[in-house]
Amino acid sequence: MRQHGERDYPFECCGLMLGRFESEGGKIVIETYPISNAREEEAKRNRFLIRPEELMRGEKYAHEKGLDVVGFYHSHPDERAVPSKYDLEHAWPTYSYIVVSVEKGRAVDLRSWEMETDRSRFNEEEIAGSVSEARP
Amino acid sequence: MPVTIAIPTPLRQFAAGQSEIQVEARTAGEALDRLTAKHSELRRHLFNDQNTLRNFVNVYVNDEDIRHTDGPNTPVKEGDTILIVPSIAGGSAVLDEATGKDAGEPQAEMPALLPMLSNEEVARYSRHLIMPEVGMTGQRKLKAASVLMIGTGGLGAPLGMYLAAAGVGRLGLVDFDVVDASNLQRQIIHGTKDVGRPKIASARDRLEDINPHVEIETHETRLTSANALSLFVNYDIIVDGTDNFPTRYLVNDACVLAGKPNVYGSIFRFEGQASVFWAERGPCYRCLYPEPPPPGLVPSCAEGGVLGVLPGIIGAIQANETIKIILGAPDIMVNRLLLFDAWRMRFRELKLRKNPDCPVCGNNPTIKELIDYEEFCGITQAQTETKPTMEEITATELKQRLDNGDDIQIVDVREPHEYEIGQIPNSKLIPLGQVLNRMNEIDSDRETVVHCKMGGRSAKAIDALQRSGFTGKLINLTGGITAWSNEVDPSVPKY
Repeated sequence: MRQHGERDYPFECCGLMLGRFESEGGKIVIETYPISNAREEEAKRNRFLIRPEELMRGEKYAHEKGLDVVGFYHSHPDERAVPSKYDLEHAWPTYSYIVVSVEKGRAVDLRSWEMETDRSRFNEEEIAGSVSEARP
Repeated sequence: MPVTIAIPTPLRQFAAGQSEIQVEARTAGEALDRLTAKHSELRRHLFNDQNTLRNFVNVYVNDEDIRHTDGPNTPVKEGDTILIVPSIAGGSAVLDEATGKDAGEPQAEMPALLPMLSNEEVARYSRHLIMPEVGMTGQRKLKAASVLMIGTGGLGAPLGMYLAAAGVGRLGLVDFDVVDASNLQRQIIHGTKDVGRPKIASARDRLEDINPHVEIETHETRLTSANALSLFVNYDIIVDGTDNFPTRYLVNDACVLAGKPNVYGSIFRFEGQASVFWAERGPCYRCLYPEPPPPGLVPSCAEGGVLGVLPGIIGAIQANETIKIILGAPDIMVNRLLLFDAWRMRFRELKLRKNPDCPVCGNNPTIKELIDYEEFCGITQAQTETKPTMEEITATELKQRLDNGDDIQIVDVREPHEYEIGQIPNSKLIPLGQVLNRMNEIDSDRETVVHCKMGGRSAKAIDALQRSGFTGKLINLTGGITAWSNEVDPSVPKY
């Protein structure tokens, strides 16, 4: 995720996190599934979009491997790894949202968030361990 | 009829963990209403505060995105499956770290920041306030809203009057024209006493009289590629009341680039069209009409005429949709084109789709800044192409030559009902549509001056005659009979 954020700098990168939902509300991420940002060129610096058909393709890929889509990651070029108001407006519950802060082309921070079910805010999640990048 | 709704993973916790739920419904919208009635916590994730589907929620009936069919009104039948598919979006401009909430952008607390209404305003808007669809919040949204009207003519007249009456807080007017007597048959914002005044001055007086609580901003200028974006950014909604193609494409493109909804209306003779072009939610004008018609093919209202009440109806529809956008009402006229025929009193509706290859709002736009719209519509080209080949004469010169006794025949290519209004003496009426069939009635040994109302149709007649091998000398009367009335004989009525 850090590498993807650096690669796509100064644009926002985005992708799926594939893994399993755990019984105690946690998630295990097994693979990442990079997606090419579907936003138009001018908006890519501070917006990302994953189209429904891409998500469906990612879900199909995950299900073939016995996995679920457990969340999404995206980068904030030259911004903190904290979700934006726009992220909040567009978030889905249950999923985890990882934000990578990329300062001047270097990934400097990575934090994970889940939206409160009343849509009022994001709560930060603890991250343990690391993951490997899947084929695009 | 029972249909199955597939619940996406993130929402199952709000649907008792189920992945599929059956409901009885006739349309997709009804199915979602039933679903969220049963599982009320789902609603806030699927619908926004205005009760419309959130723009990142995609609903498919079987395999078809309902945005491409009939939206929430898409019919469903027994055995159909409704899929709710997320699109995932986000981006920077961060929230407050400590709370995870918005760091302080005002929209988050919108109701508290909406302007208050005075007792006087409450009394004025009472018929709005007692309807829950508007209510106090809706009326305050209207007061907080700003609308830019392009043109204060036939469409702008009812539009401005209703928007002012409804209490839209700030109204911008763009026009450079002056009130003419021929406007008064339909432009009811202007009165007889206003003839000769700038339209925006006359419109301002009328609107301030209707509602002094509305802030009126006048922009006495022609809308151009140079000023459109800087004007548009200061308003929430743009309403197109223009009467020509270059400005219509300019308004469309500037709305797409500035991310503003474009409330569209157009009129001609007895027929009108209306829609809301809003690239974020549906097609734009270019998705519907990628190219303008060739110049001269579609006559303007000045050439073709317009029933006076028609802009009243279409302009009022534009006002209706503008108010609905402000209130956040469902079923805004996005993705739909309304066609109205006043003579036969018929309304028809066409479904519109966003064109993924649209040069301005498609997936790979090629128009990223405003262009030269006169050139795009072929207007400047047409002038440079036709001018050198066509001989012209002014009304004053024609009068001098006639007074000198020169042998000139005058052919009037207008319609008989126009001829009835007024004529140039000793002219022969051959309507444009008959000019080729009746070519032998024009003496090719004499000089011929051809005229119409303004000079457009006569130029076409000359072009058609020359292409058909007419050998006589043909001269176009610049400005038509209107110029004759202005320069030579004011007793000939202008229309």
